[in-house]
Amino acid sequence: MIIGSRPLKYQVTVDHDHCMLCGRCVENCSYSVYRMEDHRIRINSRNCVACHRCISQCPRDAITITSRPCDYRPHPVWTDEIRESIFKQAESGKILLGGMGNNMDYPIIFDRIVLDACQVTNPSIDPLREPMELRTFIGKKPKRLDLHYRPGHDVEMRTSLVKNLQLETPIMIGHMSYGAISLNSHLAMARAASECGTFMGTGEGGLYEALYPYQDHMIVQVASGRFGVDVNYLDRGAAIEIKIGQGAKPGIGGHLPGEKVCANVSCTRMIPEGSDAISPAPHHDIYSIEDLKQLVRSLKEATEWKKPVFVKIAAVHNVAAIAAGIARSGADAVVIDGFRGGTGAAPSVFRNHVGIPIEAAIAAVDIKLRQQGIRNEVSIIASGGIRQSADVAKVICLGADAVYIGTAALVAMGCRVCGTCYRGLCTWGIATQRPDLVARLNPDEASRNVGNLIQAWTLELAELMGAAGINSIESLRGNRDRLRGYMLDQEMLKVLDIKPVGA
Amino acid sequence: MPAMEIDAQGMHYTPLNQMIRRAVSEGADEIILRNIMGQRFIGDGLMGTVCITVEGVPGGDLGMLMQGPTIIVHGNADHAPGNTMDDGLIVIHGSSGDATAHSMRGGRVYVRDDIGYRGGIHMKQYLDKRPVLIIGGDAHAFLGEYMAGGLIIMLRLGTEDLTPFAEMGIASGIHGGEIFIRGGIEDWALGFGSVCSPADPPQMETIRPYILDFCRHFGLEAGPVLSSPFTRIAPVSTRPFADKYTWE
Repeated sequence: MIIGSRPLKYQVTVDHDHCMLCGRCVENCSYSVYRMEDHRIRINSRNCVACHRCISQCPRDAITITSRPCDYRPHPVWTDEIRESIFKQAESGKILLGGMGNNMDYPIIFDRIVLDACQVTNPSIDPLREPMELRTFIGKKPKRLDLHYRPGHDVEMRTSLVKNLQLETPIMIGHMSYGAISLNSHLAMARAASECGTFMGTGEGGLYEALYPYQDHMIVQVASGRFGVDVNYLDRGAAIEIKIGQGAKPGIGGHLPGEKVCANVSCTRMIPEGSDAISPAPHHDIYSIEDLKQLVRSLKEATEWKKPVFVKIAAVHNVAAIAAGIARSGADAVVIDGFRGGTGAAPSVFRNHVGIPIEAAIAAVDIKLRQQGIRNEVSIIASGGIRQSADVAKVICLGADAVYIGTAALVAMGCRVCGTCYRGLCTWGIATQRPDLVARLNPDEASRNVGNLIQAWTLELAELMGAAGINSIESLRGNRDRLRGYMLDQEMLKVLDIKPVGA
Repeated sequence: MPAMEIDAQGMHYTPLNQMIRRAVSEGADEIILRNIMGQRFIGDGLMGTVCITVEGVPGGDLGMLMQGPTIIVHGNADHAPGNTMDDGLIVIHGSSGDATAHSMRGGRVYVRDDIGYRGGIHMKQYLDKRPVLIIGGDAHAFLGEYMAGGLIIMLRLGTEDLTPFAEMGIASGIHGGEIFIRGGIEDWALGFGSVCSPADPPQMETIRPYILDFCRHFGLEAGPVLSSPFTRIAPVSTRPFADKYTWE
């Protein structure tokens, strides 16, 4: 007890004048903050994670949660997070884990890039009046079309096209496994993806039977643990994604703790109940680009060359060269996951310090593939830290074909980004397998919310395009002239290949 | 139906696999592949109960994701035969490369001679699905690393005086399944999270049918093998990393 108690992270107060003793806070809090005693709500603030479930359910707005009511002595270098990390590690001698994405105060490049709009010349397009083409095809494109003109204006195309995924909007939902999140959240997102004409990733947790009706809109993942992977699984997916790395924890594997491996999760992952699900850092059959090519081809061969195969990597320093290798491996799309990507749990040191931002990574990959004349060989999917439609528009201008959203979709289902996913007690029924908590998430309502979000962003994207005088997403892709850097240094502008404001 | 023969001389793996699939869908229960020279992915994702005999040396990922068939190889096999295999049998009359039986989930892989590095890595089991890898000879480092279930038996038949097995990282990160090695192993060879002890008679009884089956396939005498001492390697816990982390 040398270090002793630390200041409260959150102070919970109940306004007893407003409180009607309905007990909803007691019922809803899975972290045991509240209890009812002697006709009064009693509080243990130390247990609070600020998930705001109680606030959302309180009919009288009687609850207030304050961050750090009594803080450490302010210090710009020895911040409270730094001090608390040291306390924890001094007590335990262990690696620190955290939930959700990178929480360091790095500047966000998206917020230093502005979009363009038409004035006077080249008038803007009204999306209400004119058709806006947001349909996106993910997969290999031919370098050229071999067209033969027959007499009588008849044209024959002799180029054989490879199967692409057809997206009605360039917004997809990324891979979050069943196990890390609940079945109801998977159901909700799968339904939303189907209804919006887009796709959702399964993550490395197999495909639960209840999701089969949405399989034509699901991308099945093959990661280093190969959990839930068999021919049936591969055949059901619309596409297959090989996960090499993840933006939240580049270079390391994943461990789903045994507590989350309940009967159903054990069934889709095909491992015993209660056992840790360990995905090693590398795929042990991939130690080179040639090996990756072999895995891509083995998956295509197993599914008779009917499925596009994606390869997902974390955005790291040499991302452009790696992506160029992937483009040559036979993969149909490369997914780049930036260092702001979310996660249920990752060592904080990786989450906060390893990898690079998605903006720079996408720009670098797009430039490299164009320089090498192989941009048509793969689609580029941007993932990790896409927060709003403006980010979607900007990253497409930097060269992406489409995006994956993750955290944003969870927030659409109620997630408050409390970062406590690893506890398995998610009060919103998202990052938990506890049946009573999972039951709180109504898949019908939640799918509506996620669908609404995708629809709203798609509408905004169409408006942004129209304002820029662009009526097709094809013309937005890699269109750096529509971007300007605001307060970005010259080197950064060079990496992004965009001009500064005013230029 | 008589055995169907395919001369694979100079043939690419995709048309070869298409021919195999077509034959299986037309009811073939025996296929002989002649002049195989490095074609990868033979039997990849194949289902059913067909028996495929391979004359020659198949390329990587032989029988990957396979669900049921039998593949008998008269020759060596390249790396990762039985990769993520679901069910069936692969019998290799020779040696095989690295990552043999990688992530295998069910069925059996029998290799008469030696295997490369990372054999049986991340094998896993679920309910009645329990993969089995039996190696007649020796293996290189990282045998059974991250093993999450299943059974590996290594007979080391080529080692006359049965010196202790000395390849590093055996079963490091193992959290399910078990490994039996004929003779002893060097202490330093044992990986993180694993524990070893001499196999006791009840344990030997559990692997006896597998050894008999293996010997039957290769015409070996099982008696001397079964009477040898074995070392059993098992996980310390199903959660080897539970103690490595603390929460932020």
